[in-house]
Amino acid sequence: MPAVKKHRIVDSITKESIITNLSNSTRTDNRGLLDYRNLEIEINILKDKTNGSAKVILGNTEVWAGVKVETAQPFPDTPAEGVMTCNAEMLPISSQYVEPGPPNEDTIELSRVSDRGIRESGMIDVAELCIKEGELVYSVYIDVAVINEDGNLFDAVSYAGTAALLMADMSKFTIEDDEVKMLDERQPLPIKSLPVSTTFAKIGDKIILDPNADEQEIADARITLVTDENGKYVSAQKGKPGGFTFDELKEISIISKDKGEEIRKKIKEAVNNGA
Amino acid sequence: MSKNNIERISGRAQDELRNVSIKAGVIKNADGSALIEFGKNKIIAAVFGPKEVHPKHMMSSNKAVIKCRYHMMPFSTDTRKRPNISRREIEISKVIREAVQPAILMEDYPRTAIEIYIEILQSDGGSRCAAINAASTALADAGINMRDLVTACAAGKANGQVVLDVDDNEDKTGEADMPIALLPNMGLITLFQLDGNLSKEEFDKALELAKTGCDKLYKLQRDALSEKYFNDKNGDKGE
Repeated sequence: MPAVKKHRIVDSITKESIITNLSNSTRTDNRGLLDYRNLEIEINILKDKTNGSAKVILGNTEVWAGVKVETAQPFPDTPAEGVMTCNAEMLPISSQYVEPGPPNEDTIELSRVSDRGIRESGMIDVAELCIKEGELVYSVYIDVAVINEDGNLFDAVSYAGTAALLMADMSKFTIEDDEVKMLDERQPLPIKSLPVSTTFAKIGDKIILDPNADEQEIADARITLVTDENGKYVSAQKGKPGGFTFDELKEISIISKDKGEEIRKKIKEAVNNGA
Repeated sequence: MSKNNIERISGRAQDELRNVSIKAGVIKNADGSALIEFGKNKIIAAVFGPKEVHPKHMMSSNKAVIKCRYHMMPFSTDTRKRPNISRREIEISKVIREAVQPAILMEDYPRTAIEIYIEILQSDGGSRCAAINAASTALADAGINMRDLVTACAAGKANGQVVLDVDDNEDKTGEADMPIALLPNMGLITLFQLDGNLSKEEFDKALELAKTGCDKLYKLQRDALSEKYFNDKNGDKGE
């Protein structure tokens, strides 16, 4: 049974100032309710050992992603499909509330939600990750390290993971006389879409975008919505013990699409500039 | 809504639930319990508490601590599930806890723990929703003070159309699954997940459809509770 966690401590002055600001539709860092913090995306930050990498800075939140593409045997039930997994790790350097050791339920949720966004959007065409059916496929590992935690890890991890995937490359193989041979050539990953995650928090009756750590801690509820390039909703996750009304959800779904489009441009720009 | 032009694999109408039955008070040793059969799902939820908190440092001085474990038996799935607790189970335990917690008047039980155990004995699609319905019925059966029941149901997309209550087949072959949990009288959505691919129209429609499913389950939960407390001749509790 999951242990009850040690929570971030938000002092009552900070809490009151967040709530007072929200009642005037502003935030403690002077953002509007539906504004992101400063977002910086840099790719190819770990050139020597990864096949793709990216760093995302979102306000004071910082995460690094690395992609490794290896080969493996396919799973017996999907002999012609490659494998993709996305994993997030909370490093003990990221916050005084993080301890080394096996991941707690928050970290597991973070990992699984970021994985689901990439997987369900069909960002990587797993059918094209097959080298030889039933024998050899590519396996794509996306590992994201949380370096500094200041809230909204769901979005930061997703942006870093997808940016690293967009620039990643993998070896080429040919099959000669039933033998698989690795060529001295690289090729980009079979990318089909770019999912973008947007995370909202609800404090009282106010909905805010991109909560920082203090806002997230005092929030009643949190929701992450992931949209793809065609404006389709591909993944969602509500968190924290609180709820949203039907009207709030519908409003969030509209904002998520518009904000997602802005962020998608930024990710693509960062990848193109860095390439 | 009537029977749609596109057949569902199960032959159900677009807005039709699988067969559901809920029975409250199935575990004698628990303070509250419920068995739910939801399609092929067979799930028992049992509630213990308010009781002492272990370990003690987790105690909260002004409210109860809610613990929740969603657990699948190895024989509950098509291929045997390894008995080790999986990351999926940890995530589902968390989202179920967060879905039922807003309904509990935790401040009525300071310095105590309320434990919710959910045992999946046979699984089908939508086990987390079924589990929430059982857990909330078990909490009410345990006499825990609550603001509302918590009722849950999924909607999704299969065969190109938005449908209510996605089952295992439809989940595997279909385009989307969107489970929600609802506090029906407060109109609050306390669990919301989605995977798949939905347009804005389909998203809104699935939300509406899931709500109709929740309304039906709310009635079944209430029926199960009144069955136990007003008609149950053999019950040894609740007098």
